Amino acid sequence: MSVYQKNEVKEDETSRTLSLVVDNQPGTLARVIGLFSGRGYNIESLTVTEIDKIRSLSRISLVTRGTSMTIEQIKSQLLRIVPVHIVRDLTLEGPFIKSELALVKLVVKGANRVEALRIAETFRARTLDVTLSSFVFELTGKPSKLDAFIDLMRSLGDTEISRTGVSAISRGNKTETKLLDQI
Amino acid sequence: MFFLKVNKMTVNYINGAEAVIKALEENGVEVIFGYPGGAVLPLYDALFENKKIKHILVRHEQAAVHAAEGYARSTGKVGCVLVTSGPGATNAITGLTDALMDSVPIICLSGQVPTHLIGTDAFQEADTTGISRPCTKHNYLVKDATQLCEIIHKSFLIASSGRPGPVLIDLPKDIQLSKVKYVNKNTKIKKHNNDNSSNIDESLINKVATLLLQAERPIIYGGGGVVNSGPEASKLLTELVNILDCPVTLTLMGLGCVPNTNKNFLGMLGMHGTYEANLSMHNCDVMLNVGARFDDRVTGRLNAFAPNSKKVHIDVDKSSINKVVSVDYGIVGDCKKVLSALVQEVKKLHNQKTIKSKTKWWSQINKWKEKDSLGFKQIGNNIKPQQAIKSLYEKTKNFDTYITTEVGQHQMWAAQYFGFSKPNHWMTSGGLGTMGYGLPSCVGVQIAHPESLVIDISGEASFLMNMQELSTIVQYKLPVKIFILNNEWMGMVRQWQELNHGSRYSESYTASLPDFVKLAESFGITGLRVDNINNLDTTINEMINIKGPVIADIRVEKEENCFPMIPSGAAHNEMILSSDDNQKDTSNEGLALV
Ligand SMILES: Cc1cc2nc3c(=O)[nH]c(=O)nc-3n(C[C@H](O)[C@H](O)[C@H](O)COP(=O)(O)OP(=O)(O)OC[C@H]3O[C@@H](n4cnc5c(N)ncnc54)[C@H](O)[C@@H]3O)c2cc1C
Ligand SMILES: Cc1ncc(C[n+]2csc(CCOP(=O)(O)OP(=O)(O)O)c2C)c(N)n1
Repeated sequence: MSVYQKNEVKEDETSRTLSLVVDNQPGTLARVIGLFSGRGYNIESLTVTEIDKIRSLSRISLVTRGTSMTIEQIKSQLLRIVPVHIVRDLTLEGPFIKSELALVKLVVKGANRVEALRIAETFRARTLDVTLSSFVFELTGKPSKLDAFIDLMRSLGDTEISRTGVSAISRGNKTETKLLDQI
Repeated sequence: MFFLKVNKMTVNYINGAEAVIKALEENGVEVIFGYPGGAVLPLYDALFENKKIKHILVRHEQAAVHAAEGYARSTGKVGCVLVTSGPGATNAITGLTDALMDSVPIICLSGQVPTHLIGTDAFQEADTTGISRPCTKHNYLVKDATQLCEIIHKSFLIASSGRPGPVLIDLPKDIQLSKVKYVNKNTKIKKHNNDNSSNIDESLINKVATLLLQAERPIIYGGGGVVNSGPEASKLLTELVNILDCPVTLTLMGLGCVPNTNKNFLGMLGMHGTYEANLSMHNCDVMLNVGARFDDRVTGRLNAFAPNSKKVHIDVDKSSINKVVSVDYGIVGDCKKVLSALVQEVKKLHNQKTIKSKTKWWSQINKWKEKDSLGFKQIGNNIKPQQAIKSLYEKTKNFDTYITTEVGQHQMWAAQYFGFSKPNHWMTSGGLGTMGYGLPSCVGVQIAHPESLVIDISGEASFLMNMQELSTIVQYKLPVKIFILNNEWMGMVRQWQELNHGSRYSESYTASLPDFVKLAESFGITGLRVDNINNLDTTINEMINIKGPVIADIRVEKEENCFPMIPSGAAHNEMILSSDDNQKDTSNEGLALV
């Protein structure tokens, strides 16, 4: 990015969800993250796990923010990284599903315990661990739903939160199989 | 199909180091620039036995990379570097960054501590792949010897395809010593997604050709990508310019891809470009960018950059398009391929449509030319640096001359006053602006072109940054000429301090300079000195005629500034042509710019 100011109509930044297929190799994630920090792009969420053992491929789901020009830059910069094979812009492609998992530990005693369980039930959270003074809940769904749940839990007691970050996939019957076969 | 049952297979195992050298050979490497150390001794052992690859022992690993860059840029081949672990690798980092910025294909092999010691702070251990990740196009740490050969083959493909760049391969010592089976270069190695061998969109070529033919005030702006694409691309670009009879300007990195003698060539553009080149950019109605990347040295203030123009950008790297300047048409592809399609289409349409008359445009451009923005007055006996370059050009233009430069005023004067008629004959550090690039780079150029005249146009401060390479030059009897424009100042810094910082010359004087003639003599080479304009030509002649290496200490006017200039943060049409022109203070935003 140049330091010279740009003469563009101020365009709003929007949130975009990108889905990448990359080689599961040491250094790949470092290159992706280095690209974002080195060029001053935002990362709102990033998850990565192997999705194909035989071909040793991983999926990176990434949520970023920027103007459309910045997003286009991010996408083509990502494609320059040698072990990055596919870069898809799910936000642009059409309807897609975004899901996340949260583990929420709540330290709580007395009447608030019932309240906590009731909220958990409403949110369809699973109770994974119980002691006389605490719970661990597991909740999956949209990030906004997780936010709401966590906010409520916080008001009930001391909490500890662990979230996976967003994982995303497009709706409908289209798959990447053909693209993957070209790798 | 039949099967053979072999009891004792006679597979020839060699060690990893031998496999590496064999793979280099298979990829056409003839020369490798390097410096030994503990972690690469097996590789040096393999080189000792090898008869085909010539090793050039530099005196600093940074210089190894610059030498390989000079070699690569002047030949179009991949440059090859070998350094040891730890300090060897860290010393190479500046060179790798330079190659990345200027799109130079380099393979850098670095030694590493054995795999079982990685992560233990072992002797001369450094996280080389970690350190070099942001300054390489790609890098590898080889942990599995069976993958060694394929990694090397693939590295050559990565370094030279798409937008070229450096690839580093980190080789732990145990991998170099392990037994491996050599794997030949596979004809179908996986291509990576960014080599852009995809086909060109014909309807886009048609639109662009039409746009060019109908333009009233077109300009072509060519860059380093044309040089990268090979000499054919330069010919095609020149052909396009001639058919359209339109003005053409080149970036610092593109010089030579249209001959300086072409009547449509307006000189370099940008911060120290000519008045006519920059004003033509500012006032054009159609701009065709071929293999250049809208660098900030070129565009000046972006919100005033060629404000009323339709812009077309040809670049092999998709991420270059719309990175800093939004364009109307982006064509992703190799210059040669796209230009050949475009030239064909323009020729075809040319018969059907009439080209818009450019008489008015040319008469406007000729008016700008009358400003004579590169004019200077050589008065008195002091040598004007501009005159030194002009005379050097006059005396050498009939030879096959290769020029390398350091960074500073002398670099800009070389770009302005030396004429380049062919691509690949001009080696300079543009993107990173690395002082100390020119001397080692000319080592690489001379190795590649032993019969040619190779000159490093240098500043005295830059020269001091890698002058240890004199020793390399002497060892390999390289007849390079080092032409130092000695103004006793870090001239470019002094100029900015004069123009932007109230003439407060903070730390920009090059004190305690050596006697360059005696320095030359101490290495057993010739040193020349001249400080009077009347002796300039004789000194240059003497320098050229001496068979061996020469340091020529050209004492020039000390406080000469480099003009014309677009002050930081200003637009193309706000150029200043001389110090007297510098009326307006640089804006605050401008002061913050590099
Ligand atoms: C002190 C100093 C002053 C400077 N002043 C100026 C100045 O006044 N004017 C000036 O022009 N520069 C100047 N520079 C240099 C400047 O910093 C940039 O390095 C230079 O302008 C970039 O040149 P370029 O745009 O041709 O791009 P390059 O850096 O050469 O990049 C080449 C572009 O072409 C693409 N490409 C590569 N290969 C191919 C291919 N085969 N096909 C298609 N595309 C390809 C690449 O993706 C890239 O976008 C100066 C540098 C220094 C150190
Ligand atoms: C490694 C490095 N350090 C610092 C700079 C900043 N810099 C740019 S030009 C310059 C002065 C160069 O002086 P000299 O080599 O004498 O050339 P002149 O400008 O006098 O022609 C400096 C210090 C640089 N480009 N590279």
